[in-house]
Amino acid sequence: MSEVHNDVQAYTLRLELVDEPGELLRSLQPIAEHGGNLLSIFHERGNVTPRGYIPVEVDIEATPDRFDNIVEGLSDAGINVIQAGTERYSERLTIILSGHLIETDLSDTLTQIEATRNATVTDISLSAPAGSIDVSSARFQLAAASGATEEVLAAMREIADEKDLQLVEPLTVGGRA
Amino acid sequence: MRLCVLGAGAVGSAVVELAAEHGHVVTAFADSESAAVDADGLDADAVRSKKRDDGVVGEADPGAVFDADYDVLVEATPTTLGDAEPGFSHVERALADDRHVVLANKGPVAERYADLRALEAESEGIVRFGATVGGALPILSTIEDVGPSRVSAVYGVLNGTANFILSRMAAEGLDYEHVLAEAQDLGVAEADPTFDVDGTDTALKGVIVANVLSDGETEFTLDDAEVEGIQELSGSMLDLAQEDGQTIRLIVEVADGAVRVGPRLVPENGAVAPSGTENAVQIEADYCGRLGITGRGAGGPETASAVLTDVERLAD
Ligand SMILES: NC(=O)c1ccc[n+]([C@@H]2O[C@H](COP(=O)([O-])OP(=O)(O)OC[C@H]3O[C@@H](n4cnc5c(N)ncnc54)[C@H](OP(=O)(O)O)[C@@H]3O)[C@@H](O)[C@H]2O)c1
Repeated sequence: MSEVHNDVQAYTLRLELVDEPGELLRSLQPIAEHGGNLLSIFHERGNVTPRGYIPVEVDIEATPDRFDNIVEGLSDAGINVIQAGTERYSERLTIILSGHLIETDLSDTLTQIEATRNATVTDISLSAPAGSIDVSSARFQLAAASGATEEVLAAMREIADEKDLQLVEPLTVGGRA
Repeated sequence: MRLCVLGAGAVGSAVVELAAEHGHVVTAFADSESAAVDADGLDADAVRSKKRDDGVVGEADPGAVFDADYDVLVEATPTTLGDAEPGFSHVERALADDRHVVLANKGPVAERYADLRALEAESEGIVRFGATVGGALPILSTIEDVGPSRVSAVYGVLNGTANFILSRMAAEGLDYEHVLAEAQDLGVAEADPTFDVDGTDTALKGVIVANVLSDGETEFTLDDAEVEGIQELSGSMLDLAQEDGQTIRLIVEVADGAVRVGPRLVPENGAVAPSGTENAVQIEADYCGRLGITGRGAGGPETASAVLTDVERLAD
């Protein structure tokens, strides 16, 4: 069904790059060319595979059709694709945070969320009442590793606690994300 | 059945009013300061208008009700935390006399479930409390019918006041304080709405469900629940949710031996986003999957009808 094919999903690509300048950028080109949306890059500098390659993990969003083209494009460009699949960030979660978001450093909040390694932020929508320096709210769309929803929410609670922000969680009981 | 009704508020008065319709007689009726007793059955209209006009239900002392001839004690005094008094002592007395008990009062089943079950085990009487969770909605009776051991999760909205406030905030983009004041004007929220908006009332209901599901293995009280209220929510948070096809509701989740209450993001037109003062609960159980129950929960007559349904079950 066409509806299913048009569904954008989160995918993880494990690449092995030659240790040369410009390689990372070159590997990202096929992703952009074929309409993939880059979510995050995990570049393990200093970590070299036995064969002398640098492992890189790239999280993207794309429709299944486009994803196939991306993998093909990468292979055509001579880039080693070790693993390509949906298994990593397969769960989508929405949360709302409210409080002194700006003062408590929104970008640090984002960094902390990304640092959980089991989730990546795919979208943010901020609502700050005009001219107000105090309370604002933001909706975060997260892609979480499959089965890691609870872990990710626990990490969110900690971040919210530490920054004295109010967290509204999604209802997840009964396996619904 | 012959009923002894304790509490002459919204629920107790409605029980007295509706008892005859269901084929029962009220032989004793009390508020905090007075009682009326008649072995042949009280005149429902007379005692209710006496309460309305004189502030008392009769000339007798409240304690006199226990000496009356009755089969079922209907406990509809205020829900209290901790020792659950005076409700608990009323139940204790009735069970000691081998009478049945039907609770509208949540205190004894939320705060002293093990004590209550122990007293029941010693008595010929049986305790039922369907009205304590979701008022007229058959939530506990559905769990009973499905079998508590087959139920893996129960979640949803169990407080009409909080749900009214959140649905108004979402619909009008207004802030909490504004909508609360409006709800109080409409009589939807009480003068002191603390327990409705801080999640306590919802948590008590969740704890009761958890006690039923655990079937005596673990006792739950309010202290075991993780509770967060809706007072800090703003109109803009509801707007953010809405832009994403979602909304925020005060949700209780009972699963895996835990009770959690707090504002949650739920699909805007989903099963647990009822409108206005409605309640909506999902029960997840083996074989039947997800069962949904939605409707008007609280209210005097609604709760009284649940009490009388329990009385009916005792008669069988
Ligand atoms: N209202 C609902 O929709 C609803 C739904 C589910 C469960 N419940 C529960 O049902 C119970 C009754 O609710 P309600 O709305 O009817 O409350 P209410 O309007 O506050 O009435 C409470 C009644 O209890 C009486 N009372 C207090 N202490 C007493 C004592 N020691 N002995 C005898 N009577 C005593 C009060 O007497 P005075 O009149 O003399 O003050 C009053 O008539 C509460 O536990 C509530 O949580 C209510």
